Amino acid sequence: MRFVDEYRSGKVARELSHQIEKLLEPGREYKLMEVCGGHTHTIYKHGVENLLPPGVDLIHGPGCPVCVIPMGRVDDAIAIAERDRVIFTTFGDMMRVPGGNGCLLEAKARGADVRMVYSPLDALRIARENPDREVVFFAIGFETTTPSTALTLLRARAEGIRNFFVFANHVTIIPAIRAILDSPDLRLDGFIGPGHVSTVIGTGPYRFIARDHGKPLVVAGFEPLDVLQAAFMVMLQLAEGRCEVENQYSRVVREGGNPRALEAIAETMELRSTFEWRGLGFISQSALKLREEFGDWDAEVRYDIPGVRVADPKACQCGEVLKGVIKPWECKVFGTACTPEKPIGTCMVSSEGACAAYYNYGRFSRRLETLTT
Amino acid sequence: MCLGIPGQIVEVVDLGHHIAKVDVSGVRRNVNIGLLTGDDAVGVGDWVLIHVGFAMSKIDEAEATATREFLERLGDPYEQELAELSASSIE
Ligand code: SF4
Repeated sequence: MRFVDEYRSGKVARELSHQIEKLLEPGREYKLMEVCGGHTHTIYKHGVENLLPPGVDLIHGPGCPVCVIPMGRVDDAIAIAERDRVIFTTFGDMMRVPGGNGCLLEAKARGADVRMVYSPLDALRIARENPDREVVFFAIGFETTTPSTALTLLRARAEGIRNFFVFANHVTIIPAIRAILDSPDLRLDGFIGPGHVSTVIGTGPYRFIARDHGKPLVVAGFEPLDVLQAAFMVMLQLAEGRCEVENQYSRVVREGGNPRALEAIAETMELRSTFEWRGLGFISQSALKLREEFGDWDAEVRYDIPGVRVADPKACQCGEVLKGVIKPWECKVFGTACTPEKPIGTCMVSSEGACAAYYNYGRFSRRLETLTT
Repeated sequence: MCLGIPGQIVEVVDLGHHIAKVDVSGVRRNVNIGLLTGDDAVGVGDWVLIHVGFAMSKIDEAEATATREFLERLGDPYEQELAELSASSIE
């Protein structure tokens, strides 16, 4: 039923919004969490919130990979980057993420050889070109990005490249959702599930949310109408007393995910017993490390990593934002001490972070802009 | 880094290492297509969603067009992604 022209039309949006309105139980407040930072971005940029009837609130979840890296891990990254002979490679998004000891951009200004790369395969190429240096890749991201690191490791091993190391910080989405469901300060009615993560893991891993927690989840694409339609599908389940895992993004997401990607992850990485998330604290089995067989490419084996724990700045309420307990503008430093130019917390750094998305678009979208303009 | 950007495969550069050249809004760069196997295997002319230098899923042309239009409307984040892609050189 998908036609490019019709797809973004305001008519469809208004119709969906009307349909959602008809499903409301009088007096009931609905809270739907969108787990993925990409959805948060879409929601603010296109004013999707304005299209939802009063009583339906979108809560922004923890699915921005840059936002969840704790201060201590950034300091560890800087410690590696400042070693002699090291070329430290990272996605551009991580450059300005604050640690306790500044950010990578500042480390670069102090003289560390920090380079932005588009892909882990670019980092591998840099290793190939600089045999007398040690090239470290700062691997971050949810399941969407993990297979890329996995395939890069397999290629490094196949080619026998010995001066390439991965500093693994890959996190997994399911334990984060579980932590949110277990958190006492939040009542949610349903979830809008991540699109790209689901292309890798499929829809099966979400079943416990419906089965054990009695909440619907609908995997959604990234366009405003995708999000709106997913919200409608969640609301319809609630109205009909169902709770299931449904897939609004079936044009890209398969039920079984991507078996080759899952296989490559399993071959190169395994679960850590625990990992710290910014704002959420330690969550057991929520992140990946390299398997022992890949010790020769593991930055955590190669280097002495300080591993200090740095508490989040006092003023920062990213934890509450990441759990959806408060909205970005409810943080005391939002837009004053904390801005995208000078972020205090990570949610203000990446454009997928709820604070940055709201700072950039939200104030306008709350006023006027709708999907149709 | 979180955007999935649509590109069309214009050349298979290195079959052994699963490297193909894609065209993304006029920018032509190499990406890895090793995650697309079996029914999803891709070749010249196919459209894929690309994430950090890896083709993550095969999509049809209508989906690619719609996604590109959506990203173009996003503005800055897409420009930035294209700039990073332009600086990339995967072998
Ligand atoms: S405004 Fe800044 S400090 Fe407050 S929650 Fe957002 S990112 Fe964190």
